[in-house]
Amino acid sequence: MVDRPDVALDDLYREVVMDHHRRPRGRAPLGRVDATAHGFNPVCGDEVVIALALDGDRVTGVQVQGRGCAICTASGSMMAEMIPGHTAAEAEATAEAFRAVMHGAPAPAGAELGDLEALEGVRKFAVRVKCAMLPWVTLNDALKAWRGGSTEATSTTEAQEAER
Amino acid sequence: MAVTASPVVGFDPRALRARFPILGRQVHGHPLVYLDNAATTQKPDTVLAALASYYTTSNANVHRGVHTLAEEATALYERCRARVAGFVNAPDERGVVIVRNATEAINLVARSWGATLAHGDEVLLSEMEHHSNLVPWIMLARERGVTLRHVPITADGRLDMGAFALLLSPRTRIVSLTAMSNVLGTINPIAEIAAAAHRVGAVMVVDGAQSVPHMPVDFQALGADFLAFSAHKMYGPTGVGFLVAKPELLERMEPVAGGGEMIREVRLDSATWNDIPHKFEAGTPNIADAAAFPAALDLLDEVGMPAVRAHERDLVGYALERLRSLGWLQIHGPAEADARGGLVSFVDPEIHPHDLAQVLDTRGIAVRAGHHCAQPLMRRLDVAATARASFGIYNDRDDVDALVDGLAAARNYFGLANK
Ligand SMILES: Cc1ncc(COP(=O)(O)O)c(C=O)c1O
Repeated sequence: MVDRPDVALDDLYREVVMDHHRRPRGRAPLGRVDATAHGFNPVCGDEVVIALALDGDRVTGVQVQGRGCAICTASGSMMAEMIPGHTAAEAEATAEAFRAVMHGAPAPAGAELGDLEALEGVRKFAVRVKCAMLPWVTLNDALKAWRGGSTEATSTTEAQEAER
Repeated sequence: MAVTASPVVGFDPRALRARFPILGRQVHGHPLVYLDNAATTQKPDTVLAALASYYTTSNANVHRGVHTLAEEATALYERCRARVAGFVNAPDERGVVIVRNATEAINLVARSWGATLAHGDEVLLSEMEHHSNLVPWIMLARERGVTLRHVPITADGRLDMGAFALLLSPRTRIVSLTAMSNVLGTINPIAEIAAAAHRVGAVMVVDGAQSVPHMPVDFQALGADFLAFSAHKMYGPTGVGFLVAKPELLERMEPVAGGGEMIREVRLDSATWNDIPHKFEAGTPNIADAAAFPAALDLLDEVGMPAVRAHERDLVGYALERLRSLGWLQIHGPAEADARGGLVSFVDPEIHPHDLAQVLDTRGIAVRAGHHCAQPLMRRLDVAATARASFGIYNDRDDVDALVDGLAAARNYFGLANK
């Protein structure tokens, strides 16, 4: 019998997570948009649309829209708060560090996860990991498109997780 | 394979529960309240025993041996076919093709009957279809330039029959619709639709994945040409499903998979096909699960499909009433219990269905959250996802009460007022 007696909702919905969920940051439109991506989780139908403003290779603004669960919304909100001011490469490193943590690995040395640490409990809920990752796989796609000289991309949690 | 069943006294869902071993388990310290029957149902002890018994006493390959075990295995496999034919009143056992699931059954029709369609021919579907009854037709449209049309749904989640009448035309070659929506619960007027389809010379394909397990279904009375359903949604094992068809149509169809069992004579560069239905069953089939499935049909017959329907109609009526009384839910699908099967999809506008299902899970309540393999319908309803409670023969009003309490608890948990 696969019971999970240790499963506690509070592990999933920590206070910090709930705060981001209730008051998501980064909803406001950007003055200029240099890259966008549309992310979709085919398992549940959740959608995230990310718009980025960049100055050189530095992200100056992030807008996160879409409809997702509390975990997806909180993760996107944290991203909107963390990423501006960082370079594209730093943003990708954060996405990678967060992915590692979501898959049960220790955070790479020197990684600054900030509020994202509050999402650590998600990894006990296997199906919810994709909810937390959706904004980040979408961010990766937006940056990939931007590097490739295009402004738009579409991604799914399936596609990027499958590439691993 | 004598499978003895303890008699159900009248129809008491609580008593029936004792026959489903899994329903005795706990989830997060709570008794399991299983409300995800539209996804798959639990299995009674008689089905589990029949599965074990098959492997313990009769395991062999079918249709290819004279030894005793091969004969027994073949008899058990063919008994499944006969039982299914009787259960849905198929015209002939030869019209029952044993496949993996409803999805494979619909794909078989789309590939094989679909191959007779040409550019400009039309297939008529609806906005409320499961991906299983959309994607095979999308594949056909890509391959053959066939046009897909979709009957829209009304505001209360029924097929728009006025629009149906306008969409149906002499170009329509196939009408393929679900008999009961897995999201809205809507029971569609299939007999009326089949008659209209036949008037324009189209064949009628019925997705019976949700109807056959939950109400009396008479293939001939429906006037269907093809009927698809899965054993696992009707208390049987996973891995077995059925395409019930008019034998004369199967006779005219080409097989879609080649190999053993489906042939009569093979030369190095040519082959002739076996008789129907075997020509559609290439390779070693899922013998064990087919052998076990009649035990599930025995249980449904024992309860009686009219009683199953009456019970689930009562439960869905009660659920609608209690869910509405909460005051904060959006409830999808027809308002009247008579128009729907035993399931309800709903949305709490302030809690995402995933989060709702997560809270319910900690209370041992299993509901489905997501798009239910009906993304076009989700788009039509303008929701990303819904939560869905779906009932079976072992559910009762206490389960609905547990669900309602759980929904209120979820609002508390997320700090929302219970208006
Ligand atoms: C209406 C409907 N059609 C088809 C299917 C597909 O059934 P299966 O996955 O067993 O092939 C389902 C199951 O989810 C369903 O609800």
